[in-house]
Amino acid sequence: MELYRSHVLVCAGAGCISSDCQAVKKSLLDSINRLKLDKEVKVVETGCMGPCDQGPVMVVYPEGVFYRRLKPADAVEIAEEHLLKGRVVKHLIYQTPETGSAALTFEQIDFFNKQTRIALRNTGIINPESVEEYIARNGYQALGRVLSKMTPEEVIDLVKKSGLRGRGGAGFPTGLKWEFSARAQGKPKYVVCNADEGDPGAFMDRSILEGDPHSVLEAMAICGYATGAGQGYVYVRAEYPLAVQRLNLAIRKAREYGLLGENIFGTGFGFDVEIRVGAGAFVCGEETALLASIEGRRGEPRPKPPFPAQGGLWGKPTVINNVETWANIPPIILNGADWFAGIGTEKSKGTKVFALAGKVNNTGLVEVPMGTTLREIIFDIGGGIPNGKKFKAAQTGGPSGGCIPAKHLDVPVDYESLTELGAIMGSGGLIIMDEDTCMVDLARFFVEFVQDESCGKCSPCRIGTRRMLEILDRITKGRGRDGDIELLEELGRGIKAGALCGLGQTAPNPVLSTIRHFREEYEAHIYQHRCPAGVCKALTVYVIDEEKCTGCGRCAVVCPAGAVSGVKKQPHHIDPEKCLKCGTCMEKCKFQAIHTL
Amino acid sequence: MKSLDELDKLREKLQAEMRIREGQPDTRVTVAMGTCGIAAGAREVVTALLEEMKKRNVKGVTITQTGCAGLCHYEPLVEVEVPGGERVTYVHVDGDKAREIVLEHLVNGQIIKEWTILKK
Amino acid sequence: MSSVNLTIDGKPVQAEADATILETARRAGIKIPTLCYLEELNVIGACRLCLVRVEGARALQPACVARVAEGMVVRTNTPDVLQARRLNLELILSNHPRECLTCPRNNNCELQQLAADFGLEEIRFEGEITPYPVDDSSPALVRDPRKCVLCRRCVAVCEQVQGVSAISVQERGFNTIVAPAFLDPLGSVACVNCGQCALVCPTAAIHEKDQTAAVWAALADPQKHVVVQTAPAVRVSIGEMFGLKPGEVVTGKLVAALRHLGFDRVFDTDFSADLTIMEEGSELLSRLKEGGRLPLITSCSPGWIKFIEHFYPALLSNLSTCKSPQQMFGALAKTYYAQKAGIDPADIFVVSIMPCTAKKFEAGRPEMNSSGYQDVDVVLTTRELGKMLKQAGVDFDSLSEEEYDDPLGISTGAGVIFGATGGVMEAALRTAYELVTGETLEPVDFTAVRGMAGVKEAAVNLNGTELKLAVAHGLGNARKVLDAVSSGEKTFHFIEIMCCPGGCIGGGGQPIPTNTEIRAKRIAGIYRADREMPRRKSHENPAVQALYKEFLEQPLGYKSHELLHTHYEPRGQF
Ligand SMILES: Cc1cc2nc3c(=O)[nH]c(=O)nc-3n(C[C@H](O)[C@H](O)[C@H](O)COP(=O)(O)O)c2cc1C
Ligand code: SF4
Ligand code: SF4
Ligand code: SF4
Repeated sequence: MELYRSHVLVCAGAGCISSDCQAVKKSLLDSINRLKLDKEVKVVETGCMGPCDQGPVMVVYPEGVFYRRLKPADAVEIAEEHLLKGRVVKHLIYQTPETGSAALTFEQIDFFNKQTRIALRNTGIINPESVEEYIARNGYQALGRVLSKMTPEEVIDLVKKSGLRGRGGAGFPTGLKWEFSARAQGKPKYVVCNADEGDPGAFMDRSILEGDPHSVLEAMAICGYATGAGQGYVYVRAEYPLAVQRLNLAIRKAREYGLLGENIFGTGFGFDVEIRVGAGAFVCGEETALLASIEGRRGEPRPKPPFPAQGGLWGKPTVINNVETWANIPPIILNGADWFAGIGTEKSKGTKVFALAGKVNNTGLVEVPMGTTLREIIFDIGGGIPNGKKFKAAQTGGPSGGCIPAKHLDVPVDYESLTELGAIMGSGGLIIMDEDTCMVDLARFFVEFVQDESCGKCSPCRIGTRRMLEILDRITKGRGRDGDIELLEELGRGIKAGALCGLGQTAPNPVLSTIRHFREEYEAHIYQHRCPAGVCKALTVYVIDEEKCTGCGRCAVVCPAGAVSGVKKQPHHIDPEKCLKCGTCMEKCKFQAIHTL
Repeated sequence: MKSLDELDKLREKLQAEMRIREGQPDTRVTVAMGTCGIAAGAREVVTALLEEMKKRNVKGVTITQTGCAGLCHYEPLVEVEVPGGERVTYVHVDGDKAREIVLEHLVNGQIIKEWTILKK
Repeated sequence: MSSVNLTIDGKPVQAEADATILETARRAGIKIPTLCYLEELNVIGACRLCLVRVEGARALQPACVARVAEGMVVRTNTPDVLQARRLNLELILSNHPRECLTCPRNNNCELQQLAADFGLEEIRFEGEITPYPVDDSSPALVRDPRKCVLCRRCVAVCEQVQGVSAISVQERGFNTIVAPAFLDPLGSVACVNCGQCALVCPTAAIHEKDQTAAVWAALADPQKHVVVQTAPAVRVSIGEMFGLKPGEVVTGKLVAALRHLGFDRVFDTDFSADLTIMEEGSELLSRLKEGGRLPLITSCSPGWIKFIEHFYPALLSNLSTCKSPQQMFGALAKTYYAQKAGIDPADIFVVSIMPCTAKKFEAGRPEMNSSGYQDVDVVLTTRELGKMLKQAGVDFDSLSEEEYDDPLGISTGAGVIFGATGGVMEAALRTAYELVTGETLEPVDFTAVRGMAGVKEAAVNLNGTELKLAVAHGLGNARKVLDAVSSGEKTFHFIEIMCCPGGCIGGGGQPIPTNTEIRAKRIAGIYRADREMPRRKSHENPAVQALYKEFLEQPLGYKSHELLHTHYEPRGQF
């Protein structure tokens, strides 16, 4: 490694890649070469830094200046001004949404400074393709310490004491799981990393794999030592090619350094990791389905017990943990159980990474201590709701989760509190909705997703979710019936009680929780044939305001259904029978004379 | 990697480079890089500083640059600020002087008074 | 295995430590409804009708997979349990056509029975029914995915018992379907038409291709001389369709019933089974003597034939070239019998009553027309015959017994035992032993090759040569033997393979249910019928002797080759 006076970190997370950070990086490198700064300034491509809606972003060290929404030309300016002359390019730095005041560095931006980064400690800071950078930030120290100074029992004890719980959704105590596997009969044993990440909109696991792959490998090796396993598998969805590539590279580098493979640190302990690429079905994230898929069978859940820790891969004891769970392990080993247990709430320790999305100013990845309130996440970190709209609800846990309405904004976000509200922590999807969201339509969206993704094995989920969808469908189309809400509730409870796996057991949550918190919205659809949020097309009536209509006739021209009639220069009229609710007329009216009821 | 010790050694070597991203109170070496500084040879100074620091495995030092310090006729200017200590400004620095500054000031903690304008 | 104590519905019960709640409850006389469960083969907890409450468990547990534990308290009939099961059944029915009155499985359907037991009064969900068309591409079986409850019992049987894996679960969610890979039609894949899937299907989602209409039409046609042959296994099972006990031998009633339906002649496949022994026995002896390809493997079972054509084409020359008894019969009915009776073979219509769906496929093989016509016109399964008899209002049990017609109805006990696994082997030995040694075999029973063990091995001393024998039934077991032979791990001289578990008495066309217990009873019936026959060795069959004298001249002779032997073709694996 070389010494440089400045490091420029260019985020190459998913969000920034899609806003073309590569072009920015190229332009930056070109400028640096042109200015002959290449011996002084190092450009590093990192994993996701988090503030995805600001992308492409970069950070210039040592000052830590955060630049955002960059175009290739901006990179030239940064090179010439900041890198060469040491002058911060003011117009490219972040402005806080409310005050509009400029924030120079990471530390000055609420989005960052309210976060506590444990799982994401390296993501966005190191070059994920460099094992050296990982090592420089204490990488593989935990493995080294475990192998040379701790017994397997001590490791398990420490993880148990830390209070770490699974971040993949169910929140099962990680140390306990390891202990089950360690104690289970059967050899060989396995360690599996669940990187299927099927929750639509979630990308924390991807970001960790792309931004800090070694942390997962190191943790898996630690678990291998603790449970007596010598082989690990990372199951990644095929939609994450970059994660696969980085992981492959990381595995190769780790093997080169002797950090994976046989006789690690000369202790006689051996551990290796292979990647398995999955087809990307949501249900393949369910642990037994995932294991079936690794074994080459149809990715379908099976009843538990036996749990994977007793009979997992090929019937052998297997620890399966989520990417984020793994990423927490090395810091826990290095900083101790008490340190970790000191963060978070009584039953939920540590931090949780959320993928903040929807109607919120700052979208992206955030890591906060358990117990942080929803309000803090949405308003302090997320910067509130855009366009002055009102916050309506937040959906946690994606399609398996539920919604939390405004009156519960001060709920501390931890496993128990969310479950109490009919939502779940889930894997960390956090979708913010404003007043323009129709909760029935939202429920319909999630049910459509799960009924598509159901593996089709058990009848309540396969058929029941379809029946829910059909009922929700008719409600949003204005054909809801008296008794539909009760039928949905009965079905929802029945599917939860009867389904084989977690997918079915949680699939009704979005429906049940929206009914619980927004029953009146369902009633409006069914009994008044009205969609209060104006989202459900079939329930929307387009009308022309006679006062404002000049009779220009533009609406009649653009209407594809010929639903608008009227005489020139006289107020026009829309025939609700013919109207397709496409909204074209409203868009095209120059006088804002058309609105919806 | 044969042992934890070996890992520790490697880590320490590598950390030097990574400190720059930690935002910790480091010794700061600032080189004035305005047009005047660059014209006076500030670039060579930076290169020399970096080379020498690497050679001597100096840790906990960040090199930054500023614009013109308003002392154009003293350029190249190098400021060294040890946390909690005084700020020392070296003037008319060249490559050789830079190397010397690294050895004496950064490694041995001895300020080379004759090259400085001392500030409080 | 240690045992544990638990209570089910307040009743203290003891069970082995690894028993399931379902097994334990059943043993204790407590009925828990099931649909996807198939003992030992399909224990997947998918239908969710066997849910029970286990005290202390968070969720309801599927009794079929959940294991007992010491001190466990199980409740099988609490309101929440009943309500959960009921909703699940209601959902299953909401995705089912509910055409019971016109369904081939009307009155013999597990789903119908469950609906009756649960006393459902209404299906409140009127949504879509998974829309897949009926697949009738197979000559033997019809798949009606709309009626499929996705229990996967068929998949389990096809894979685990038959080792074929012609069908599997495809697609996801509401579109999930059991079908061949890529949703190919069943008629175009490596399905061997064994019908084991149809036997275990709780509904009519897989059933035999009904060809009774063609038989009714032939019977009604005055121009046609309609002859019928009955396979050995039918006489011990057809009674079940009329409430008789499994395995009850009803040969005489069967003959009477067929005559009642209007068949012109009622013949017996047992006759051509005896003939098969003459030909196949001679083939074995000749291969032994002349150093022909060994082991010789039997060729009576058409599902097995298609299997080896797909999966072990390298072993095709080990197959006996003998046609199956059904096809030998067909070829002779339209030649020898036609001549003898002075009937134009074009007017002869041959119907087979078979325990087997694969026979439908066999009859349609292009090479099976050595008489110049399609040798066998229509194959009906035992189940289809039962239906015809019901349609004709036959009160089966009260029929008085009648005899088969001459000459193709004359047979020996050796012909009957073709219906059970090991029977062909035993029949062949009865004859070969005498032909080779010149001595009478006493006793005639070769018990070593009888019984339900999947693979049976035996040896017999034929004039100083030790003949090594193997018998396998169920194609999964066949695979084991073939793999051992291919790898050189084992050597045999003669192997009997039957496609279906238990042999033909367990065939895919047999009455439903057909399970291990019922199979054993039918096998017992077969051996009872054998014991009651005056002649028990094929070469003693006077009609067969006459056939050789009048027509065929000698086993493996020119005419035999023309009419009684066949060839095979390799087929792809898919
Ligand atoms: C339908 C379904 C999908 C799941 N998807 C994921 C997933 O994408 N990633 C994940 O880590 N866990 C997923 N899980 C949870 C896993 O089954 C399992 O609980 C988890 O991998 C255990 O790891 P943890 O204890 O570290 O959370 C899913 C569960 C269900 C029921
Ligand atoms: S609950 Fe859904 S996803 Fe899970 S096993 Fe049943 S059908 Fe498959
Ligand atoms: S007939 Fe036999 S081979 Fe064909 S699908 Fe059914 S069980 Fe499988
Ligand atoms: S076809 Fe029959 S046996 Fe096969 S899955 Fe469907 S219902 Fe079950």
